[in-house]
Amino acid sequence: MNRFDYVRAGTVAEAVQALSGANARLIAGGTNLVDLMKYNVERPDRLVDITRLPLNAIEDHEGGLRIGALVTNAIAAYDERVASRYPVLASAILAGATGQLRNAATTGGNLNQRTRCYYFYDDATPCNKREPGTGCPAIGGVNRIHAIFGISPTCIATHPSDMCVALAALDAEIRVAGPSGERSIPFSEYHRLPGGTPQFDNTLQPGEIVLSVDLPAQDTASHYTYLKLRDRLSYAFALVSVAAILDLDGDTVSRARFALGGVAHKPWRNAEAEAFLQGKAPTRENFEAAADIVIREATPQDGNAFKVELARRAIIRGLTQAAAGTPQSVSDKRIA
Amino acid sequence: MLIDSGSPRAMETIGISLTINGETRNLQVAPWTTLLDLLREGLDLTGTKKGCDHGQCGACTVLVDGKRINSCLALAVMKDGAEITTIEGLGQAGAMHPLQAAFVEHDAFQCGYCTPGQICSAAGMLAEGHAHSREEIREAMSGNICRCGAYTNIVDAIEDVMQSGAAR
Repeated sequence: MNRFDYVRAGTVAEAVQALSGANARLIAGGTNLVDLMKYNVERPDRLVDITRLPLNAIEDHEGGLRIGALVTNAIAAYDERVASRYPVLASAILAGATGQLRNAATTGGNLNQRTRCYYFYDDATPCNKREPGTGCPAIGGVNRIHAIFGISPTCIATHPSDMCVALAALDAEIRVAGPSGERSIPFSEYHRLPGGTPQFDNTLQPGEIVLSVDLPAQDTASHYTYLKLRDRLSYAFALVSVAAILDLDGDTVSRARFALGGVAHKPWRNAEAEAFLQGKAPTRENFEAAADIVIREATPQDGNAFKVELARRAIIRGLTQAAAGTPQSVSDKRIA
Repeated sequence: MLIDSGSPRAMETIGISLTINGETRNLQVAPWTTLLDLLREGLDLTGTKKGCDHGQCGACTVLVDGKRINSCLALAVMKDGAEITTIEGLGQAGAMHPLQAAFVEHDAFQCGYCTPGQICSAAGMLAEGHAHSREEIREAMSGNICRCGAYTNIVDAIEDVMQSGAAR
């Protein structure tokens, strides 16, 4: 780990100020950043400790919930309001990491965690995300865990979060503060595709800090699932995951929302597939057609072509679980 | 700013206060010292183990303000004011914590290297109160790897303590 200056901010304004100038990073839970610093992937000149900021509350907000950036993943997942009103979010958070990590990792840090691409993590290899312009050895290399949607010629990394897949399906908003004040970012515009600038994971501007994740008012909480498929039954990143929420009006889908994890540089939604299901019966046939709409955009590599069929089946299974009101259990790993 | 180590990287150590196993200590730490390294190298509390040093194995698990975390991923300076409990603080020979006694009773280890982390993690997990079955114990303990593969007996030991309600 490189040496760095340590600053402990007492206010949001102090944190924003401390971020300017030097190669500074915010730190709260530290579960990703400290790890990256040990690998020399992150080499900040200054760490700004924000754990003392008053951003650790979960509050009712405009009929929904406002989850402070410093609320830990464990507090968020087990909060009664989150668990009862946004169970897809609680389920997604509990599908990720471990008890120890969820006690430390924060809501804001989960949003801003970096990819787990092995080339990104290995500073002996080129990586356009770590060192822009050096190349992407994952393309044509070992790419079993990499993206099949929204890739660019410079990067095929995925966003690793489970929580964010649920937040994408829930149409959350991210409230941030920066040198020019506060703003809210729709979730779909927070993370970005790699394009020609894969070094940027999201649309945060220099000096901006996440204040909260805002969840909109939600009138459905029973027809959902978070289905995560991975190489071992716990504590592994998703190969493919699906957060699905269905609004049902009798035997008709009045609204379908679903996002995929583990397949792109951001949680992946497909508006056409969701619109296709609107007004239709929640049948396997319709779910298969929706899944086919999603996967026809896939551009896999040699090592991850299996993800296309895996994603198709996960979508169908996830929508089926949501329609039946039988969400995937976090502890019983049999896929319902 | 509550604390500013000065720039450019002028000050090598920062004063913090930690209550470790009930004893309050005033310490000078470099900002890049992890809680794990402080415990083992600075304070000779070598019960807490360094396995992977990347948050993947759980051998370094300790309780910070009652919550289990990976001490290898925590910077000591950020825990200023916290209460830390390590395996040395959970129990001693002759006055073992119920989990320690249960691990012995159920032969829940082979080499023993992961055991302090397993026990601290189990203590934290039982205090959380979200696991109520073997399945849920297995899921909640997935952050602790045992390369000897003593998992069956580890779950037996934890389940025993959970059912007896003796952990708290």
